[in-house]
Amino acid sequence: MYRTALRNVLAHKARLLMTTLAVLLGTAFVAGTLVFTDTLGSALKSQNAKSFTGVTVSVSDDGAVSNGYSRGARRSDAGHLTEQTRQAIAALPGTAEARGVVSGFAGIADRKGALIGDGFSTTGTNYVPGADGQDARYPLAGGHGPTSAGELALDTETARKGGYQVGDTVRVAVNGPVMQLKLTGLLHVDDPRVTAGGSLAAFDTATAQRLYLTPSQFNEIDVHAKPGTDASALLGQVRRLLPGNGDFTAQTGQELAAEQDRQISAATKGLSASLLVFAGISLFVGVFIIANTFSMLVAQRTKELALLRAIGASRRQVGRSVLIEALLVGLLASAAGLLAGTGIAAGLRWVLNGPGQANLPDGPLIVSASTVLTALAVGVLVTLLAAWLPARRAGRIAPVAAMSNGDQPATPKSLLVRNTIGAVIGAAGAALLVLGASNRSTNTVGLGAGALLIGVFVLTPLLSRPLIALLAPALQRIYGSPAKLARENALRNPRRTAATASALTIGVTLITALTVVGASVNRAVDQADGTDLKADYTVAMQNFAQLSDQVGPQIAATSGVSASSVVRQVPVEVGDDTRWITGVDPNSIGELAALRTTAGSPEALTHGQLLVDQGYVKANGTAVGDVLTVVYPDGSAGRLTIGGIVADNTVVDGLLAPDQLIAPHSAGQGPDKVLVKGAHGADPALKQALQNATGGNPLIAVKDQADLKKEHRQMLSAALNIMYGLLGMSVVIAVLGVVNTMAMSVFERRREIGMLRAVGLDRRGVRRMVRLESLLIALLGGVLGVGLGILTAWAGNGTIAGSFKHLGTVVPPLPVLGFIAAAALVGLLAAVWPARRAARLDVLDAIRTG
Amino acid sequence: MTLTLAPARAAAEARELSKVYGSGETRVVALDRVSVTFRPGEFTAIMGPSGSGKSTLMHCMAGLDYASSGSARLGDTELVGLSDRQLTRLRRDRLGFVFQAFNLLPMLTALENITLPMDIAGRRIDQAWLERVVATVGLSDRLSHRPAQLSGGQQQRVACARALAGRPAIVFADEPTGNLDSRAGAEILGFLQNSVRELGQTVVMVTHDPVAASYADRVIFLADGRIVDELSLPTPGTVLDRMRRFDGATRSR
Repeated sequence: MYRTALRNVLAHKARLLMTTLAVLLGTAFVAGTLVFTDTLGSALKSQNAKSFTGVTVSVSDDGAVSNGYSRGARRSDAGHLTEQTRQAIAALPGTAEARGVVSGFAGIADRKGALIGDGFSTTGTNYVPGADGQDARYPLAGGHGPTSAGELALDTETARKGGYQVGDTVRVAVNGPVMQLKLTGLLHVDDPRVTAGGSLAAFDTATAQRLYLTPSQFNEIDVHAKPGTDASALLGQVRRLLPGNGDFTAQTGQELAAEQDRQISAATKGLSASLLVFAGISLFVGVFIIANTFSMLVAQRTKELALLRAIGASRRQVGRSVLIEALLVGLLASAAGLLAGTGIAAGLRWVLNGPGQANLPDGPLIVSASTVLTALAVGVLVTLLAAWLPARRAGRIAPVAAMSNGDQPATPKSLLVRNTIGAVIGAAGAALLVLGASNRSTNTVGLGAGALLIGVFVLTPLLSRPLIALLAPALQRIYGSPAKLARENALRNPRRTAATASALTIGVTLITALTVVGASVNRAVDQADGTDLKADYTVAMQNFAQLSDQVGPQIAATSGVSASSVVRQVPVEVGDDTRWITGVDPNSIGELAALRTTAGSPEALTHGQLLVDQGYVKANGTAVGDVLTVVYPDGSAGRLTIGGIVADNTVVDGLLAPDQLIAPHSAGQGPDKVLVKGAHGADPALKQALQNATGGNPLIAVKDQADLKKEHRQMLSAALNIMYGLLGMSVVIAVLGVVNTMAMSVFERRREIGMLRAVGLDRRGVRRMVRLESLLIALLGGVLGVGLGILTAWAGNGTIAGSFKHLGTVVPPLPVLGFIAAAALVGLLAAVWPARRAARLDVLDAIRTG
Repeated sequence: MTLTLAPARAAAEARELSKVYGSGETRVVALDRVSVTFRPGEFTAIMGPSGSGKSTLMHCMAGLDYASSGSARLGDTELVGLSDRQLTRLRRDRLGFVFQAFNLLPMLTALENITLPMDIAGRRIDQAWLERVVATVGLSDRLSHRPAQLSGGQQQRVACARALAGRPAIVFADEPTGNLDSRAGAEILGFLQNSVRELGQTVVMVTHDPVAASYADRVIFLADGRIVDELSLPTPGTVLDRMRRFDGATRSR
């Protein structure tokens, strides 16, 4: 039996090619993901280890606020890490060096005033010269480190992008107006956050402290021990020197590195898990193709297998011979997939580092034993699983089939059982969907949509008839009898047509669902912005940090501004819970945001009272007139009366208070944004005036409503594009499936094709017949996919409706029609090769075979 | 030499037609300068042992295969030198085929199979003629059946009707009874005979069965790629007799 199976694989090399490719691509996706994330993780970890080599013990102040970034709760009475602390630590017998580190962010402008980099990871720090005059963290690439207030050093890449050389004047800003500093040095920086599109500016320590903290304060103190010093003993000594009331984390360098390693592992695992979801989809699509191929092979080989049964092979043996064949194909394909995946991972890193400019750290390509095992196991198991039913069917072939003339394919098994099962699942799904939609249960909706999807897949053979009957007449009118033959061919084996189309349906369903959800969310956000936000401009930091306190008054004083308000969100403690309170200008917020009061007084803010939104009321059961005792970030407490309730909106949410109550207790936390209403609406002159008013800081962006909408759309479309790309693989595999089915069908029908040629169908007619059949199958897949996608999106929108106001399902006509057109194109492309083969069949050979 | 009885114009004619496969040592001469005329309104059987070239002769005359040299004419049209496309058109518009294996499309009904060549050509169907053909083959009540629902004999009758439906200049039949039992075979042969006698068609049939050949007006015997004999108004007995004689002749050569 083994020999028969092996011979069969060898004999049907060409016919197994597409199946092998399908398994190969799926496993390559799996292996590529594992190799890429392992490699990335390992490189990040080795770089991480390197950056902690000089650090024996590290203390950080989690409560320190560096112009807008704070890691923990802030208390005004909290102790700081100061120069005093640093000197005390430096004086410990085990300490070789204690480095005080200041960190925040700094935006670097290029010569045109635009921000260099993406706005995130715009790092600012202090330059701490060691014994050799250089900062060990950032080796000098040129010039010298900054030593006075007017100087700075930049990482080499940022300097290159900005066209700056040592000696040039550089425009830099933190959260205030722009500063003009002299570039004294260039630094080698291999922090991945900086190399991947960020920037790093280093100031002398005093300047950094002035910009980010308070004089002589540090965010972090890194201790380098003398040789032979025990790190944990040193850690104990350091801990005793820290001010008692601070919010500090003190760790050994090793612990810190280990913690970072754990974070890297978690991040790469998360990445790998999300990529594997898409690999799983690709493999799932592959299952259809593998199952289809083996079904076709078994059908073609009915006589041969019956002969085996006639001469004494048991059912089990015949079935097993098919499974062994699948095993061989699976092994071969997944081994090739493993190689291809490793290649893809290497290529991906190269692409990301090259054109992608992601600057991922270097390191060896990691192909772990578990990757090898996983890829092989997944490939083999998927192939075996998919071949299971065809193998069983092979075992059931009656020995007497060997004697039949095999001229006509056996009457296909009735679809009754399959249709019944499909109808039951589908109906249950539809019922759950309706039920879930009516009582707003997201779980029920999700379950119902899933069941309906499966039901439709099971029912595809049944659905293929009416759908193709709907699609075919137009083709028939244009192309005549080849179209009619194509239609009949597509319908003659509904299972095969359905399995081929379903492979495409999966990809199209997911892509359509994403597109529809994306369009729906876009419109919901647009509408919400359009109705809730009345401000013409929103001024905010590009890195989502906080603005300096000067910005509010600067903007209020700008000519052409008719109303403006800061929006300052700070955490407060209400009882045992942490809630966010938003400080706004009580007199102008009404002109900037549509606040619809549903209870109490709309004037509450001007009376020094709170407004709360309905979401907060629902969650906390508060009512107008209630008094909340809140503890502000600076530790002081206040009593606030709820003066009114407003409808949920997208501009301000939760607790709303006059900013003059919040600002004094915010412990240095600036406003998140400033909303502006222009005297003459939005006009370019006002925008320029606002930019000038904020000192030309490249990090501060002035955005009108259209900008905000565009920003939202871009964020969403970037995410969608990545997912489209990842789903692309499943579509590629589905295309292979169409090629496979068409090639197999041409092979099976070569006698018919010969007869058609004999009675007068020319080569073009034959090509057309094959192409149109492929087109019909692909259209079937595409139309079903679009339908299911819209349905899935509708159900999905239901589950996220809570997060978006006005979320209704929007079906963008152009993309959706585009997907159907793309499916048609896919069908035509997939048929190119099979159609050529069909047209080239020798008429006499074709008639004689069989 | 062939005896020219009635009209001078031939339905089809081969002149010095040769077909050679391979070259050098593997060279096989399938047809060796064969000259033959198929007269309109005549039922001709081509006989010969396997490998005699009888199928090759038919394929070359029917535009299914290319001759190596010589001439093959269908009416006034010279087939040698025509492109695949021209041959396809010719087959579609002027020839009919009946094959050994019934060669019907399983997904089409009997009627759709019958009208398939005209569908492909985009030609109008001559309804009266079609009805006559269908009635002659006795399929009137089976037209909406699919091939799988028909017996072998019925399927072959559909194939015959398909061959005749377009009123071709010649119908070529390649062992049309090869896959049938004797009763069904007799039906088909009777039908081919009727189509010549009553509908005025021209039929050329390749067979190795003396009984089948006896339905023809004339039998041509081929051996080693050459025409070795010819018999008019055959009976099974005379055909068998000639075969034996000529079998002996080849053996003694």
